[in-house]
Amino acid sequence: MAKQAILARPGGLMVTAGLSIILFYVALAVLAPILAPYGPTEVSVPKELAGRPQPPSPEHPFGTNELGYDVLSRIVWGSRVVVQVVALSAVLSMAVGVPLGLVSGYYGGPVDRVLSLVMDSVYAFPGILLAIAVASVLGPSVGNAAISLMVVYVPTYFRMVRARVLELKARPLMESLWTAGLPDHWIILKHILPNVAPTILVVFGLASADAILTEAGLSFFGLVVVYPEADWGLDLYYGKNWLLSGAWWLTLFPGLAITSFAAGFALLGEGLARMMGEERWS
Amino acid sequence: MGSLARYIALRAALIVPSVLILYTIVFVVLRVIPGDPVLAVLGTKSVPPEELERIRERLGLDKPLYQQYIEYLMGVLRLDFGESMVYTGRPVWNDIADRFPATLELAVFGFLASVVLGLASGVAAVKGRGPIRALANFYAVTGYTLFIPWIGLILIYVFAVNPILPFRLPVGGRISPEVGLREVTGLYIVDSIITGNIPALIDVLAHLVLPSVTLGIVLGSAYARLVRSHLREVLASEIVAGYRARGIPEILLLRHALRNTMVPIVTYMGLQFAILLGGAVLTETTFSWPGLGTLLLERIELRDYTAIQGVVIFFAFMIGLVSLVVDVIYALLDPRIRY
Repeated sequence: MAKQAILARPGGLMVTAGLSIILFYVALAVLAPILAPYGPTEVSVPKELAGRPQPPSPEHPFGTNELGYDVLSRIVWGSRVVVQVVALSAVLSMAVGVPLGLVSGYYGGPVDRVLSLVMDSVYAFPGILLAIAVASVLGPSVGNAAISLMVVYVPTYFRMVRARVLELKARPLMESLWTAGLPDHWIILKHILPNVAPTILVVFGLASADAILTEAGLSFFGLVVVYPEADWGLDLYYGKNWLLSGAWWLTLFPGLAITSFAAGFALLGEGLARMMGEERWS
Repeated sequence: MGSLARYIALRAALIVPSVLILYTIVFVVLRVIPGDPVLAVLGTKSVPPEELERIRERLGLDKPLYQQYIEYLMGVLRLDFGESMVYTGRPVWNDIADRFPATLELAVFGFLASVVLGLASGVAAVKGRGPIRALANFYAVTGYTLFIPWIGLILIYVFAVNPILPFRLPVGGRISPEVGLREVTGLYIVDSIITGNIPALIDVLAHLVLPSVTLGIVLGSAYARLVRSHLREVLASEIVAGYRARGIPEILLLRHALRNTMVPIVTYMGLQFAILLGGAVLTETTFSWPGLGTLLLERIELRDYTAIQGVVIFFAFMIGLVSLVVDVIYALLDPRIRY
């Protein structure tokens, strides 16, 4: 019954579809050792076939690359890097962006103005460039990639949370809370935060969709993991060298994984926004 | 001072802090965090300490950080972005000036492609039928999640490796090596027109097709969703119902409705510039386009921090400049926009 109710609401179909895609990739990441037919750097073709990418076949549904690595297995293993980076960066961005947005929006004043100016400036700058700058200094690793993404997405959480707090502050309820003499931290935690939570969920969906694409871009630039470790963006980068000789499977499948995972989060965020009847974040 | 001049001055005053904030962040990230960049880049090689000291002195890295912060900023205002850490004696500005026209040309054509694609699919999402309408709607919602290099590589396969057209479109660089072109501005389209070089113009346009369409597909979905929502709103309005009742043909209504949706679209175009530059970086590396994006990738591999810093700060100043220009254009178009 509950499922039907969700589907019947506006945006319900989008939320369901988005969640299914996200859960699929998370399951892939968790169960990679069981699901992947081969190891990420296991030579899975006979010696005489190595040296050239092999097209999809029953044993290798997504084909193999020139080193004999199974493309499907590398996508399964690569999902671990993507899921980790995106989850970690979402937690970090929220941990910084949400409290700052709450406090800045609630108290206002000069600190709020300065903080908003800083966040707006970063927000207006292309995320991929900023992430590249940070990651190029920190060096390629999952943790560093997550930190680079955090720098990009803290302003997104901050701006949306702050805007929502300002909206809530204008409500008559606030007046009565202040009159009742409740302490600020109590008002923020018990009255504002629960009302901001749905907004945070929407931003989580939309920002994570973007974060997956930025992670893929960083990976494409060699700034997340080092080959031959498996990551979708990096595999796409190496696969592109073989495209002109016709090996389409080395780029088609990793790219499909990136885009479909990002689309999953986009559908979730979009659907949640519709469910709450909010205008889309932009 | 006239109200327009005052408005422009105020906008500029608002943009300056934002550019300074970005400059500061980039300075902290690329200059302060690495500690000693010279050691970070060359430390692994057996370079004698005196030599390292000389390099630090040449790059100005031996001075206190606050002095470097101010001197670099003053340099940027004179278009002096320092010197490459890897290529001795080569000013970073030379590379930026060399590569920027390619990025600008790609950004302009990518922008045009995104507007055309966005308008067309936005209209199709509202007025189209059956599968076309469904596809246009899906594109409007999820189109921005297409990974740029992926779309680029698919287009390369479809139009160059295994072409569905009777000819192959070029997929690398800005111009074929056998086509001669005298460079004047560095913008090859402009150069081939002012030197009256028709074969070069055709060749340059052919090279631009796939990279621009790649950018256009990914960035156009934002326009598609804007057009879609505003068109829906306008077509559901009472005045349009009135026009319908008077028997005004649907196509004329659409024309008027579209004109109405242009306001939010133009607003969005100004915001789009930053996204366009970010997208261009990925597009360039996919199509071996000799712009700032490929420059960035090359220098990341060499850990040329001064060059990376130069390129990123150049982008920050460009974005600030463009947003100022957009503000001024608004003010000129709409006399109500004043302070």
